[in-house]
Amino acid sequence: MSYEELISMLAATVRLTTPLLLACLAGLYSERSGIFDIGLEGKMLAAAFGAASVAVVTGNMWLGLIAGIVVSIVMSMLHGIASITLKGNQIISGVAINFLAQGLTAVLGLAWFHQGGRTPAPPAGGRFPPLIWPGADQFHGVPIVGPIYSVLFSGHNIIVYIAFIAVPVTYWVLYRTRFGLRLRAVGENPKAVDTAGISVPRLRYEALLITGVLCGIAGAYFSIAQGSGFVNNMTAGKGYIALAALIFAKWRPVPAMFATLLFGFLDALQIRLQGVPLPGIGPIPVQFIQALPYVLTCVLLAGFIGKAIGPKAGGVPYTKDR
Amino acid sequence: MSVRQPLPRWADIALLPVLNLLLALLVSGVVIAIIGQNPFDALRILIYGAFGYGEGIGFTLHFAADFIFTGLAVAVAAHAGLFNIGAEGQAYIASLGAFFVGYFLDGTSWILVLPLAVAAAAAVGAFWAFIPGYLQARRGSHVVITTIMFNFIASAIMVYLLNYILKPKGIQDPSTVNLLGAARIPQLRQFFSFFGYAPLNMTAIFAVLALIFVYILIWHTKFGFAMRTMGHNPTASRYAGISNSRLIMIVMAISGGLAGLVAVNEVLGVQNKIVIDFTSGYGFVGIAVALMGRNHPVGIALAAILFGALYQGGLELQFEMPAITRDMIVVIQALVIMFTGAMEGLLRPGLENAFMLYKPQQKAEAVARETVGTEG
Repeated sequence: MSYEELISMLAATVRLTTPLLLACLAGLYSERSGIFDIGLEGKMLAAAFGAASVAVVTGNMWLGLIAGIVVSIVMSMLHGIASITLKGNQIISGVAINFLAQGLTAVLGLAWFHQGGRTPAPPAGGRFPPLIWPGADQFHGVPIVGPIYSVLFSGHNIIVYIAFIAVPVTYWVLYRTRFGLRLRAVGENPKAVDTAGISVPRLRYEALLITGVLCGIAGAYFSIAQGSGFVNNMTAGKGYIALAALIFAKWRPVPAMFATLLFGFLDALQIRLQGVPLPGIGPIPVQFIQALPYVLTCVLLAGFIGKAIGPKAGGVPYTKDR
Repeated sequence: MSVRQPLPRWADIALLPVLNLLLALLVSGVVIAIIGQNPFDALRILIYGAFGYGEGIGFTLHFAADFIFTGLAVAVAAHAGLFNIGAEGQAYIASLGAFFVGYFLDGTSWILVLPLAVAAAAAVGAFWAFIPGYLQARRGSHVVITTIMFNFIASAIMVYLLNYILKPKGIQDPSTVNLLGAARIPQLRQFFSFFGYAPLNMTAIFAVLALIFVYILIWHTKFGFAMRTMGHNPTASRYAGISNSRLIMIVMAISGGLAGLVAVNEVLGVQNKIVIDFTSGYGFVGIAVALMGRNHPVGIALAAILFGALYQGGLELQFEMPAITRDMIVVIQALVIMFTGAMEGLLRPGLENAFMLYKPQQKAEAVARETVGTEG
């Protein structure tokens, strides 16, 4: 593999990591507040559909993005009503949300666009274009540094940059603000937060709101940035990979970035190795690489490489009068 | 505020699920109306498609058998306080057991193949669920996450095997060879022309047996008592001298074994080979079925027939009203899971209040309490 190829593969890694990273951070807010969220997949899928639908009709990528975020927030609030207000089972609610998204996007997609559940490609202006950094073309010829600047850093759409900026922002929110302190506290010991006079449900709804926004951006990325238009089940299990990455990162923002980069790299590798024989080994079945994130997560969870312990109050609805 | 009385038993196990189902159907009806179709027509076609004629009934019961297996799988785990989301993957991987029994005994008789295939599929499914069970019991990782992961791992393994190992030469589609002899479990239509072309087959007998097995296991054995104890209070069960970790592993294995039987029903009963994604979400339907059926075999049987009807009726609906695809069934399924599973708190308090108002002795009690309150 030449240097150019390596760089372009890393650029592909960055692009494939973006939705994973956004979803992973989304899950981080929710789970740090004590709400399990296995509905990341469903929220992204619904957002992808919402974003594509609006972008197709209006031809405006920003309206599409907003639509995706709104749809995702609605789903997230549904999760909140079930698991915070009604004190229901958070896992079951997440499962329901995933199926709801899968079914509704297909049904509404067929009814609105008559293309077997997919949407048409959004018109010009309905899709986030790549941003070419100043001087990218000129610098491309510079050895070593040139391709890094013009292929790896430049040339992604804005959502890619948003995703990576969200990492330090999340770190700052989580560890340097009052909200972050409370968020971490409510996931560990909601009683203590309640005793301090802070509303546990309110805090958890706020966390789910952020989760909704981030999943919405991730969903829009699928249909109006990376892809062009909505395709049935286009998130293809990425929400679960993000969940795996969240566990892998032990619910911390910066490790979340590295975990999703690792899984994004595996994805890029898998695409690259399709049908390419490796010297001495022969062609590697892509399925092995596809399964690797899940296997790694199970191995990690089993405590063979470090130990992943989630927020203590995760999954338990908070009841005030006990 | 007065002390809340629990619902009477019949309301808890029958009325509440039915009300939640109606709520789910109502919302689905709204969705159908939104896409410009008539929900009542849809319901009529759906019911006719599922129960209106022999072939429809045959299909409904065939799907119901699948859902009984996966519903029981989820329910058995739920009684022990475990949430097995992996029935899908367990059924998928278990097809290897069913297929190889069929493959090697293709020259014998189905009377031999069926029980052995059931045993083999159950064993493979049990193994696939045992690993997450082991990981929870001995290594402390949560089965919810690991069973999700194992679904994907199972899928990757099966895609690999079907594409590279099991696929006979000269065939494009990733699938195994066709089983032509004794491995074809007889379908009931061979004996009763009533069932038309429905794939309902002898494996359905094992669905009935599985219901009875689970009933006896959970309520009439020491083991069942132990697992229910753990489900209610793991600390109590540990103090009672029960080994929780051993229990978790056995329960997960039983759960996976039940899910594995889907493979016999589909691979040997219908397809006669393993095809990609033959489980098509049946494992997840099991979650809805178990929730709806309150984890009780009788409830699960009824809920499985209901979902069988939805699946078969949904197929029919797709022909009659092309605007409504089978995905509508996924929506209904999602809403059932939501309302009966996660949003149970939506109707229960209101229902409890209603019952308190209409029970004479409770009304009297309440009045007495109020009177004491005002006097004191």
